[in-house]
Amino acid sequence: MIDGLIWVIALPLAGVLMTVLVPRAASAIGVAIASSTILAASAVVWLVASEGPVRYAIGGWSPGLGIALHADALSALLLLMTTVVALAASVYATAYLKPADQRRHFWPLWFLLLTALNALFLAADLFNLYVTLELLGLSAVALTALDGKRAAVEAAMRYLVLGLVGSLAFLAGVALIYTAYGTLDIASLMREIAPNPAAWTAASLITAGLLIKTALFPLHFWLPPAHANAPAPVSAAFSALVVKAAFYLVLRLWLDLFTPMATTGFAYLLGLLGAAAVLWGSWNALRAERLKLLAAYSTVAQIGYLFLFLPLIMHLPEGPSRNAVLGGVLLLALTHGFAKSALFLAAGVIQQRAGHDRIRDLNGTAQGLPATTFAIALAGVALIGLPPSGAFLGKWQLIAGALNAGLWLWIAVVLAGSLLAAAYVFRVLGHAFGQAHYPVRAISTGREEIPALSLALVATLMLGLASAPIWSLLERSIQFAEVMT
Amino acid sequence: MIAEQVIYGLVGVGLFSLGFRGAFAVLAPLRRVLALNVAGAGLFLMLIAAAYRGAEMAPDPVPHALALTGIVVAVSATALALALGKRLRERREDD
Repeated sequence: MIDGLIWVIALPLAGVLMTVLVPRAASAIGVAIASSTILAASAVVWLVASEGPVRYAIGGWSPGLGIALHADALSALLLLMTTVVALAASVYATAYLKPADQRRHFWPLWFLLLTALNALFLAADLFNLYVTLELLGLSAVALTALDGKRAAVEAAMRYLVLGLVGSLAFLAGVALIYTAYGTLDIASLMREIAPNPAAWTAASLITAGLLIKTALFPLHFWLPPAHANAPAPVSAAFSALVVKAAFYLVLRLWLDLFTPMATTGFAYLLGLLGAAAVLWGSWNALRAERLKLLAAYSTVAQIGYLFLFLPLIMHLPEGPSRNAVLGGVLLLALTHGFAKSALFLAAGVIQQRAGHDRIRDLNGTAQGLPATTFAIALAGVALIGLPPSGAFLGKWQLIAGALNAGLWLWIAVVLAGSLLAAAYVFRVLGHAFGQAHYPVRAISTGREEIPALSLALVATLMLGLASAPIWSLLERSIQFAEVMT
Repeated sequence: MIAEQVIYGLVGVGLFSLGFRGAFAVLAPLRRVLALNVAGAGLFLMLIAAAYRGAEMAPDPVPHALALTGIVVAVSATALALALGKRLRERREDD
């Protein structure tokens, strides 16, 4: 069963090959592969739940020369979220993509994206991380430019250049670490790393590269055009998964690898940038004219929330209180993943039905697309952080941790951000519930609306009410424990 | 000689910094990609300098593998950037 770690990477890779070889059956193959990947990811979660952190050396070669895969509570849960969101977006994509050549190009690129994401969450080796980051970036750029319109291609070009800057910085850090320590395996590096100039420079370069990829303010300017102009299922994957993967790397590397160098000053700097991201993103979301642009700016804000957790985590020692804060950040990340993908899929339905996604002209959406409007409302509840969504529990942990640490500014930022989120969600809903200028008939298509609705239900109900297993999963250590397989 | 290794490494660092500065200083996207290619070349030179293990031993193969993978990725990304640039130019002639 240890091989379960391999399946979750191998299945999407097989999907790439099959959708290239048999383009006519690409949609069916896509949904089948996405479903089986969920089974593989559930196997990984079950494995981690029963045995604790799991480590697997590919081909039997020990690390040093071989590549190892590592799964623990944090990566297994994010992996499960990735596969569930990918299935929902794949089902929606079978209905969304109309032109035949877009369909032919979409599926291989989509499964490359999924392979890169899954491999990233399981990587235990710095160079493996670089390769998966590059694969992620290149397939994301190609998917952004899928419909070939000028705005999309320009956004893709900017995304490509900034992604390359980030990747080069990351690779420079990795090269420095190899020069200084002679190994790239994270578990071995953890024992040897010390705060010397080489490690400091490498940590700064790697973090700078990852901050570009996670779109933290002020390096966020590539995100709104890219996410707003990409096709709807692609935007869902971007906001929910791709930026989350880069944040996961920041968290993982600073928790495990760079701990000797984690000064409170640096953690506060990241937290301040996160606070600026919350306020700037929420303010721009309020001013956005288009629904997808609103969702993209909301992603900028929600990533800021995740960075607000960092100072709280850094100055807590290992133990139950730190695990509680880590549970908060994980719940917030998971809830945002499901809620934002639901919002983007719903925006796609509206855009295809009405021909545009201008917020001011959304009148009659509640009459014509009731299920989709309900999905937007549920996703909005999760974005604001109202109970019973998982975001409520996450923000509760954030405020409790900030109270313990005496960070009053953090509490003010969280409250202001939630108020602004409420404002922009209610603005959208207010327009959507407006009367249409002419009577509309409610037409529902299952394939288009069920994915968005189910994702929103998971975000708002399941992650809040049924989150106890997540906390108990985190009780087992979430660090890079040395596990003999 | 150790001095050669240091020279190679410093030149690599210099090229990397030059390329990085260029990526932020120029505006046209294709020129930025060229600057990033220069930065990449500097990075690969740094890796090759790191592979030197003395006159007697063969060089360390791991940085060579890292540099080769980096070169492949840089070439693919540049090709993608050129394809996107070509599409943008076609669009400009259409509109």
